[in-house]
Amino acid sequence: MERSPLAPDILFQLGPLPVSRQVVTTWAIMIVLVALSRLAFAGDRRRAQGLGTVLEIVVEALASQVKDIMRRNPWPYLPLIGTLFLFLTLANLSALLPGVAPPTAHIETPAALAIVVFFSIHHYGIRARGLGPYIRHYIEPTPLLLPLNIVSEITRIFSLMIRLFGNIMSHEFVIAIVATLAGLLLPIPFMLLGIVIGIVQAYIFTVLASVFIGAAVEGAEA
Amino acid sequence: MELNIHVVSIIGAAIAVSFGAIGPALAEGRAVAAAMDAIARQPEAAGTLARTLFVGLAMIETMAIYCLVIALLLLYANPFAG
Repeated sequence: MERSPLAPDILFQLGPLPVSRQVVTTWAIMIVLVALSRLAFAGDRRRAQGLGTVLEIVVEALASQVKDIMRRNPWPYLPLIGTLFLFLTLANLSALLPGVAPPTAHIETPAALAIVVFFSIHHYGIRARGLGPYIRHYIEPTPLLLPLNIVSEITRIFSLMIRLFGNIMSHEFVIAIVATLAGLLLPIPFMLLGIVIGIVQAYIFTVLASVFIGAAVEGAEA
Repeated sequence: MELNIHVVSIIGAAIAVSFGAIGPALAEGRAVAAAMDAIARQPEAAGTLARTLFVGLAMIETMAIYCLVIALLLLYANPFAG
């Protein structure tokens, strides 16, 4: 183990910009997702079949899950939350393909997603409640809690980021260790565990994002 | 063996992982025991319980992962070891 698991794996240089394997994987996942949606919903939407039907089932299932968590109409929040879940699932599972590095195993991608979640919490909260009432909920029930509320606002986003990054990175690390110990068949059960970890972590990230957004818009009429 | 920053980092990483594993292990045991209890009392709620249990377990496990991240930072990205 000469190479640090925390260092990026530079694939090529684009001018002054080093492009790592994770960035290439991220773009590949984005292209796959967009191409799949374009392909499925090309032409008449009412006569969508095959792939289109499958994607409709996925979207409906996501919507019902978000509805269960937030207890309100899920459709305004689904573009963000659904995209998060689909991207994270593909990103975490991309570890299974040889030569592909999961982007979530490096701190940059979870950090970017956590920042997106951080700003959308306040965006949805202010849009649902109005600026005044939204800011006022930080000093409820008493203004003494203001510092705690602000700290928890930051730490919960930070732990969201570290949770995703730590789980995926440590799993990659475990597989690397097992592969150096015994080469051929031993890593396979760990890779099966990796499928579970990847999907569960994508689910948890999405659920927590929707819980945070649900708490921010809570109190406004649905 | 002299006690330089590398040796101290390795000892710190080992302590972080070993003690960081104790708490989550106890917590996961309690969580699973409580879920088993609940499923035995009310088998028809097993689906919801299992889903919530998995999410809860993953969140408890995250505490151990935090310690692992600290240990890996100490070993590979130690700001003091140059």
